[in-house]
Amino acid sequence: MSLWFWIIAALVAIAALARVGLWAARKLSGNAPRFRDMSYGVAFGYALALAAIAAGVWLWMKPGAVYFRWAVMGFAICAVAAYLFRLMGRHVGPESLKRQFRKMPLTAAFGILVIILYAVVAIFAGWIAPHGQEAVLGAANIVPGGDPAMGGDPAFPLGTDRIGRDILSRLIYGAQNTVGLAFATTLLAFFLGGALGLLAAVVGGWLDQVLSRGVDVLMAIPSLIFALLLLTIASVWAEGARGLMTLYMVLIIAVIDSTRVFRLARAVGIGIVVMDYVEAAKLRGEGMGHLVFREILPNAMAPLLAEFGLRFCFVFLTIASLSFLGVGIQPPLADWGTMVRDLAQFINFAAFAPMVALAPLLPALSIAVLTVGVNFVVDWMLHRSSGLKS
Amino acid sequence: MGSVIRIVLQRLALGLLTLLIVSAVIFGAVNLLPGDFAQAVLGQSATPEAVAAIRTQLGLDQSLPVRYAGWLWDAARGDLGVSFAQANFASFTGRVDPSATVLAQIAPRFANTMFLAGVTAAIAVPLAVGLGILAALWRDTAFDKGANIATLSSISSPEFFVAYILILLLAVVNPVLPSLSNIFPGMSFGERLEKTLLPALTLTLVVTAHMMRMTRAAILNLMAQPYIEMARLKGMRPLHVILRHALPNALAPIVNVIALNLAYLVTGVVVVEVVFVYPGIGQLFVDSVKLRDIPVVQACCLIFAAAYILLNLTADILSILSNPRLRHPK
Repeated sequence: MSLWFWIIAALVAIAALARVGLWAARKLSGNAPRFRDMSYGVAFGYALALAAIAAGVWLWMKPGAVYFRWAVMGFAICAVAAYLFRLMGRHVGPESLKRQFRKMPLTAAFGILVIILYAVVAIFAGWIAPHGQEAVLGAANIVPGGDPAMGGDPAFPLGTDRIGRDILSRLIYGAQNTVGLAFATTLLAFFLGGALGLLAAVVGGWLDQVLSRGVDVLMAIPSLIFALLLLTIASVWAEGARGLMTLYMVLIIAVIDSTRVFRLARAVGIGIVVMDYVEAAKLRGEGMGHLVFREILPNAMAPLLAEFGLRFCFVFLTIASLSFLGVGIQPPLADWGTMVRDLAQFINFAAFAPMVALAPLLPALSIAVLTVGVNFVVDWMLHRSSGLKS
Repeated sequence: MGSVIRIVLQRLALGLLTLLIVSAVIFGAVNLLPGDFAQAVLGQSATPEAVAAIRTQLGLDQSLPVRYAGWLWDAARGDLGVSFAQANFASFTGRVDPSATVLAQIAPRFANTMFLAGVTAAIAVPLAVGLGILAALWRDTAFDKGANIATLSSISSPEFFVAYILILLLAVVNPVLPSLSNIFPGMSFGERLEKTLLPALTLTLVVTAHMMRMTRAAILNLMAQPYIEMARLKGMRPLHVILRHALPNALAPIVNVIALNLAYLVTGVVVVEVVFVYPGIGQLFVDSVKLRDIPVVQACCLIFAAAYILLNLTADILSILSNPRLRHPK
């Protein structure tokens, strides 16, 4: 109950601060237009921001709030890195690229930087990682941080897991496995959904009806639930062969997600099919292949590209969730979702050594940072291409 | 008024038809299995007699349409069959326990899941609508931009990331809430609420972000309308303009978004229940998937799909009822 008391007291104090502050600012500035015309709501907003900053500073000073300090530092590092990256983009490279960077918001720069970093780590995982992803290295349950006094080991900066595999190496290989599989799945979903969607738009008639109604039915089942159902069946089919299970998972998610791509590709395609230049191409006697790939696809590229980014996020999160539930990417492949589940118990010891919580949180954070980055870039692309406000 | 009832009835019929087709898809998918369940359940080393016995017991020796009709009829009467794991156990003891039916397993867990979803909705809906109004009121300020970054991040984080951060902060470092939701029958309401709060907060964080963005977009869409301009020109305060003129007209899309997000909860609930070991239907579903307990998987899938279709249907009907232009189509 005291919690509610403090929340209400704080709100009342902020309201009073806004009232007094507005009055004082008007007096002190000799009724400057800026303060004279400021409504109470805006003043309350400023008071709220002041209170939030004060609370942040107080938390930063508190000795126990390690995670808050880490979060603020992480946020600051990300912002600075994105700023430097954008600065670099504005001065290095060809003119067309520089122009892109000039009007780019910081969030989009951060997203592009994240995507480049992940791609590099995923491609060169074999060279970057200090150990193999399946190598069992003797000592198990070494605490992250590399501090021998706290149960760490400088040779394993992020510690080892329950059976003694290096967490840092598995994190790096996870980029290859998790991101790589998600990318392949998204590509597959796009080929399937995009081709069928554009075909339905061009051909129309009964083919369009059959495909669209089929997609309607598949979309009426929540995707994670449907994926779990199909995975159960696939696991009986695969009879415990782990490589086969991973392959089935990729196929299942690709098919489920291709329904969403189909919807968009068909909607965009139908808008383009009625254009005059498509009519002209038809009258010229061009074949189906030419119509789809030379006339329609180039004009449908912008929305499809944005959809690719969003779809990748969904596929990536679905794969991570399935792996976390234990039915996605199968061991011994290192994968972030599985790592979170396996290392989750470490979190209970965070009160004694804050570093310990890093072991399960870092793979989860790696997933979150990539999806956030991709979303920032897609947001910017949509905003730029259509002037979409919101 | 007659046309409204007709449209609503049409939508209901369409929803029922969708559910019927979805049930056929679920049933068909399960029957894609090579061999049959009996072999799958008993494993490779089963004797032919045991396989045959299970086959007749489960009715697997009949044709596919007959089995589908039978399954659907039973499901409609509330008989969802016997769980494989329990049936196996029963074949050792020689009697079928009444608690071995799928229904007996699902019913209490379904109530728990509804409780979790209810608590989440009670926190998330007012919070999301309130924050959405504030973001629309203070658009393009630091608050709006901060809210944009925060909501986008929370939408794109996996549910288990949010869940473990909350466990770390609210259960381990500052032990205010329990990290495991061990709910059992006979608990008092307050105790139950306390155990449910952490999973509900996780779901709230995930769902609120989306609802808030849509609320803000719905209100901003209306801000360019002439009547808003008029209200502003006559000197109305910004908050009053939003509350009196924009919000009532934005209600239809907002209600729609709320229903759609509750439908999203249906899938979000699976991961969150596993993280917090919450005894709900999602947890049962994942366990059954791992055990390949196909009757339970089938039943859970049907329930999730039905809830999803029902909520989408509600969103559809509410948006028809709240929009006069849809209510009287030309």
